[in-house]
Amino acid sequence: MSVATTTFNGVVKRFGNKPAIADLSITIREGVFMGLLGPNGSGKSTMLKLIAGLYRPDAGSVLIDGEAPSHKTKAKVAYLPEIDHLYNWMTVKGTLDYISSFYRDWDQSRADELVRFMGLDVDAKVGKLSKGMRARLKIVAAMSRNAEIVLLDEPLSGIDPPSRSKVLGAILSEYRIGSQTIIMSTHDVVETETLFEEVLFLKNGQVALLGDAETLREERGKSIRDLFEEVYE
Amino acid sequence: MHLRLDQGSPIYQQIIDEFKRSIARGDLGPGDRIPSQRELATMVQVNPNTVQRAYREMEQERIAETLRGQGTFISNDPDLVTKIRREMAERALVSFVQEMHSLGYTKDGMTNLVSEAYDRIIQGGDVRGDHDL
Repeated sequence: MSVATTTFNGVVKRFGNKPAIADLSITIREGVFMGLLGPNGSGKSTMLKLIAGLYRPDAGSVLIDGEAPSHKTKAKVAYLPEIDHLYNWMTVKGTLDYISSFYRDWDQSRADELVRFMGLDVDAKVGKLSKGMRARLKIVAAMSRNAEIVLLDEPLSGIDPPSRSKVLGAILSEYRIGSQTIIMSTHDVVETETLFEEVLFLKNGQVALLGDAETLREERGKSIRDLFEEVYE
Repeated sequence: MHLRLDQGSPIYQQIIDEFKRSIARGDLGPGDRIPSQRELATMVQVNPNTVQRAYREMEQERIAETLRGQGTFISNDPDLVTKIRREMAERALVSFVQEMHSLGYTKDGMTNLVSEAYDRIIQGGDVRGDHDL
């Protein structure tokens, strides 16, 4: 199975007068697990939405395997939004059945396994789930697809420590090494830095630092969290 | 397994060091099975490629060996513990001697202080070392 390469060529995305992404050019290697880092407002979510095809660039181009985001690329991109997109009236099982109906790459046995690992009750109504359980369900939805690119926008945002640990565990145990690209945005580097092969620090919609996480530690003699403080102080 | 991330050293190196510490302390012995790469990655929440690099290096250093279909094991080498303890002692010595030298201590001065400290900390049971000077 081929894996998709994602490229940004001089991409600009503005909201009003303010550029959220300002002349960004970068190639995201296929099969990499990348941490998209930066404080709130640095352009992380916008960058993910551009790849997911939810936003169109005002200038420049975003290409997935040479193609602009479309229905065709959406079939190979799984996107976990930061906002809660689940329906309260559905059950856990109903939610997963509903999502699975949209995607040909849905892996039901993986979904079943993840639901067990997450400790989710399949018959529970989504509206009755705690915030942590809802976050777990969102991860099940994103990781049950054999998507070539998985975009995770702040998957740990606002959830309790046991759920954070479960979410990270599920990502690490389920992602297909080398044949699946994961781009995960977070402003919480302390908890997540060991997950990433590569890190991209965004600042005002531009690249502030990009590199292999282990190489950065070796060359700079600093942890990613220390580099984060250095870049954004 | 606990990873100390405050040192800014590569994670794969920290994983190898943690295995070496466990072997030196006797928590892991020759022939003991260690977690699979994916298990360890999930357990300590580290990227599987990083764990793979640590295991590869441990195999090259002959600390561990992977048997096809059976898993990864600490090498059945009777000299392994001695070798690792020696290596870790060497590392501690180098940093100790360099630090003491930079503080202006001579060889004899260091030796005397080590001897005194040993009596006080190990034999005196003051393992925490938070005594009055």
